[in-house]
Amino acid sequence: MPVKVGIPRALLYYYYYPLWKTFFEGLGAQVILSSPSTKGILTDGLRFAVDEICLPVKLAFGHVLDLIGKVDYIFLPRLISIRRNEYICPKFLGLPDMVRRLAGIPPLIDVNVNRYRGDNELCQVIKEVGRLFTRNNFKIWLTCRRSLKVQKHYFRLLQLGLMPAEALAVLENRVKNEPLAAPGKITVALLGHPYNIYDPFINMNIIGRLRAMGANVITAENLQEQTVVSYAARLPKKLFWTLGQRMIGAALHYLERSDVNGMIHVAAFGCGPDSMTGELIERRARAAGMPFLNLTLDEHTGEAGIITRLEAFLDMVRWKTAGTVEVI
Amino acid sequence: MRVTFPHMGSLYIPLTALLQTLGVEVVVPPPSSKRTLTLGSKYGPEFACLPLKLNLGNFIEASELGADTVVMAGGCGPCRFGYYAQIEQAILKDLGYELQFIVLEPPERHISELLTKIRHIAGRSSWWQIVQAIRFGYRKALAVDEIERSALFSRPREKVPGSTDDALRRALEMIRNAATPGELPAAREYALALMDEVAVDINRPVLKVGVVGEIYTLLEPFANLYLERHLGKLGVEVDRSIYLSGWVNEHLFYGLARGIGSGKKAREASSPYLRHFVGGHGQETIGEAVLYARRGYDGIIQVFPFTCMPEIVAESILPDISKDYGTHSLTLIMDENTGEAGMVTRLEAFTDLLARKKETKEAL
Repeated sequence: MPVKVGIPRALLYYYYYPLWKTFFEGLGAQVILSSPSTKGILTDGLRFAVDEICLPVKLAFGHVLDLIGKVDYIFLPRLISIRRNEYICPKFLGLPDMVRRLAGIPPLIDVNVNRYRGDNELCQVIKEVGRLFTRNNFKIWLTCRRSLKVQKHYFRLLQLGLMPAEALAVLENRVKNEPLAAPGKITVALLGHPYNIYDPFINMNIIGRLRAMGANVITAENLQEQTVVSYAARLPKKLFWTLGQRMIGAALHYLERSDVNGMIHVAAFGCGPDSMTGELIERRARAAGMPFLNLTLDEHTGEAGIITRLEAFLDMVRWKTAGTVEVI
Repeated sequence: MRVTFPHMGSLYIPLTALLQTLGVEVVVPPPSSKRTLTLGSKYGPEFACLPLKLNLGNFIEASELGADTVVMAGGCGPCRFGYYAQIEQAILKDLGYELQFIVLEPPERHISELLTKIRHIAGRSSWWQIVQAIRFGYRKALAVDEIERSALFSRPREKVPGSTDDALRRALEMIRNAATPGELPAAREYALALMDEVAVDINRPVLKVGVVGEIYTLLEPFANLYLERHLGKLGVEVDRSIYLSGWVNEHLFYGLARGIGSGKKAREASSPYLRHFVGGHGQETIGEAVLYARRGYDGIIQVFPFTCMPEIVAESILPDISKDYGTHSLTLIMDENTGEAGMVTRLEAFTDLLARKKETKEAL
């Protein structure tokens, strides 16, 4: 029976799932995802996480708990840095240590992913993980190469304008042959951490709702890496959070694009980087005269409230596009 | 150039000395107060941590007194502190305050970036004078720490309530008024003598509590709602994990004098609970808590500002330490809505718990 590796459907799953999946399956393991987020998973997470922590990490706790009893290992790398001289967020750095003491937890694959000083360490880490499944270094190397290729393909799909769920569907060959929906009349840039904007439960399906209300949605992931980095370089000081930098770079880019009519920033309650990047984006958006909506998510966020705010925001965007009101 | 800086406990004493020795005109912001906090939370980002809001308030108040330049430390993540200066500058600019920022931080490319900034502050002073000024400031920081440590000892044992705080205020004033390196030793002697004069009951049983957590809320009494004073009144001898000189050593000297602070020991003790640094003082908090627990302290109190990322990680792990070592921990989170009375009630309940446990242990 193959070894079962559990991957929580949370946090950077939305970026790196194709890579992780191809890698583990290539080494002969079976990958088991936690169930899509539900109220139950969040409630479980809330029970074990401290109150002060941000919503996505609470949800990640829930996803880890969901995997208990179903898998032999839980893949929960300590994501320190995924780009040179940048960090993710202190909570990602401490995540394996925070969940380690949960009752009944299977062994964690909690290797350090640290590219702060370059890639040397990373090769060691890949080998370390691979060694859990095979002793064949060559096989590990081949699998790693193949997974990087799949990952590149995934990022390319995202840059074509697909959302992660759609891109995954393409990768896994389960796209239904349906006519595409007619494009909306206005385009809204949706900015936020990937685990906030792509998890339809946590954000009350914001992408689906915006589309249903007749708006096209574009996100930071639809942009190429170079674009984001070059726009983020306009800040007075380099931002040291990779995800925050992506958000800001995308925001500055979209502020200059005439086909973008509005901007929504999704923040999680208590998120440290969001409190800073949100502030910077809001100030710049105001200066550029771009309609801007800041949505803060927490476990008490009500669906009706979100809908009302989205409707009001889109009304404002439409009026502004039609030239009937002036946005200050 | 009229220079100001953010408040952090008694930091203004060594920093003023340093800058004045270099011939820089210094505007010390008014002590952090309710007004500072109100200004800061009005203009600062809603979910930013408390130190940012207080800094912002400090700058606005200093600007009202005529300051035109801010000198502050920076960093390179992952804690938010590294981006404070840029955010604060953007906010102040939009508000119409003309403040120039000089941020001392680890250089991105070359050490010359940092040296240029120091040169800018120091004006025409020679590098030798700069080094002397830094040494003077650092020695003042050491003296301040000695005095505060002595206050922590005498406060729970004082015979006349309030006498320690009275002596503390006068002693700090003594250090502050020492204008040259030559005057400092005498001032220090006199200040320590002042502290020794506080009448104490040496046989009074006291509880020992270690205070860990985020550096700013630990050092700034206004930010922790005078936690040490309240604990002292409740008969608790407080041991603080971080002192000003240690912080200066690690952060303002950029490791030039590394090896003096206890940071390394704490980081070693943090394994296996927290095996990697998490920014800020998260790992030190865990390490210090382990050290306190090993040394048999009655309890551990963790203090940090609301939404502080590294300390939240530490908070999640702290209960494991309490469980393993059979000690008690209390987490106090500070923000602009925290009330002093509420905190005192919690401290009373906590010390009651500790006292009862100590009694049972001694009876056995």
